[in-house]
Amino acid sequence: MTSSNGGFAELKFRDPARARALSATLERLLGEIGRAPVSVMHVCGSHEQAIAKFGLRAALPRALNVIMGPGCPVCITDVPEVDEGVALARQGVRIATYGDMVKVPGTVLSLADVQAEGGKVDVVYSVAQAVELARTIAEPLVFFATGFETTAVATAAAVLQNPPPNLFVLSAHKYIPPVMEIVAEMPDTRVEGFLAAGHAATITGWGVFEPFVERHKLPVVVAGFEPLDILAGLVKLVELIGAGTASVENMYPRCVTKEGNLRAQEQLWNVFRPIGGRWRGIAHVPNGNLRLRDEWAHLDARKQFDIDVNSLWDSAPPTLIQDCICGDIMAGIKSPTDCALFGEQCVPHSPVGACMVSSEGTCKIWHQYGGHPDLGGYGGAVCAR
Amino acid sequence: MCLGVPGKVIAVDGLMATVDFWGVRKQIRLEVVDETVQPGDYILNHVGYAIRRIPPGEIDATLALYEELLRHAEQDDLMAADVRGEIAGAGDDQQ
Repeated sequence: MTSSNGGFAELKFRDPARARALSATLERLLGEIGRAPVSVMHVCGSHEQAIAKFGLRAALPRALNVIMGPGCPVCITDVPEVDEGVALARQGVRIATYGDMVKVPGTVLSLADVQAEGGKVDVVYSVAQAVELARTIAEPLVFFATGFETTAVATAAAVLQNPPPNLFVLSAHKYIPPVMEIVAEMPDTRVEGFLAAGHAATITGWGVFEPFVERHKLPVVVAGFEPLDILAGLVKLVELIGAGTASVENMYPRCVTKEGNLRAQEQLWNVFRPIGGRWRGIAHVPNGNLRLRDEWAHLDARKQFDIDVNSLWDSAPPTLIQDCICGDIMAGIKSPTDCALFGEQCVPHSPVGACMVSSEGTCKIWHQYGGHPDLGGYGGAVCAR
Repeated sequence: MCLGVPGKVIAVDGLMATVDFWGVRKQIRLEVVDETVQPGDYILNHVGYAIRRIPPGEIDATLALYEELLRHAEQDDLMAADVRGEIAGAGDDQQ
């Protein structure tokens, strides 16, 4: 066994023997491919948390490069979308949103800044709490709705449950499958396969990736969140890359079916339609944004309020955010350690970019786990660079 | 976050369920889950909504993962904090 496998006992795998066997298989498959690095991308903050927390990168063969893509829902919420929420709050409209969103910087201000100025910003855990809050007040309440399809279905369910007339939705929801197309088409991309997130696929089903695989001839493997699940997913992915087989494989059958949660999909598409729009720092993503359908215009904050974002930019000071490389990091082109601000001017309690705000942001995850002893050897060739 | 958190259904009232997460009871909505949910079932909760009924054969493995996560977590651990956040945030306490 090579030294890269020596740390498994400390890595808290529930089954170190199986982990070693999977790692040896990976080593063999990469040897058969015979070139390095082989780069794969996952698109899920929870995958990155598990990879960093359990020191997986240090335990993986050096020839395998596992990159975190645009999998942090807070991070990819675009600056103009944050600005819309900020502008509304500054116009005196009460805003409810998820906790992480409050700290995410817009062009000039975050919602936390507006809160400090006396703006009304409520943190909610669930859209259901926003609905309850709206029922108890007379003034309008705008729910600033962020997150991927797993979270968007909750917003959709709330919209379909006859919310009170003073509740409005400012949707910044995003849909994952289209952004994989963008990453696959980037000229600089080194990604040879994708690890898809188990729980987003719980909603959409793994069948949603078949057209992507057909178009781009890149394999997709759906994987769970346990270190062993991730290792098994990587083995399958490298196996497919080595064989030149572009297909979708479901390595998380205990949670994911081919057709997914049809009841959730019905609600999702009854309420939202996909439109093109920017993801923070990445690109315009065709069909990547979820917006309310016209029949819900009476709930749509963009239709019911005059949102004056231009007023925010009048006195915009130059900020460190110009030096933030969050976008390149989420596109898999750079890693947090390539950023001059990382761990210096940009730290979790004083974030410059969105990737340092969210618990699912690459920079915050690396900042927390980077110095962990489990990550010995990490920071070297196996990391995204 | 995409991790979600599993819990045991204690009672069902229409589209609302009382769910136990390691001793913490919360109100979870049932509009999204695609199977009938009954007391004794386990569901996966994400932002206050059950997104999946966990098949009986998979409950132990699912719970084991989360228990492992929480057991080894230090105070500021991000992944455990997300799990605790899902537990602490959902609905009102029904204890």
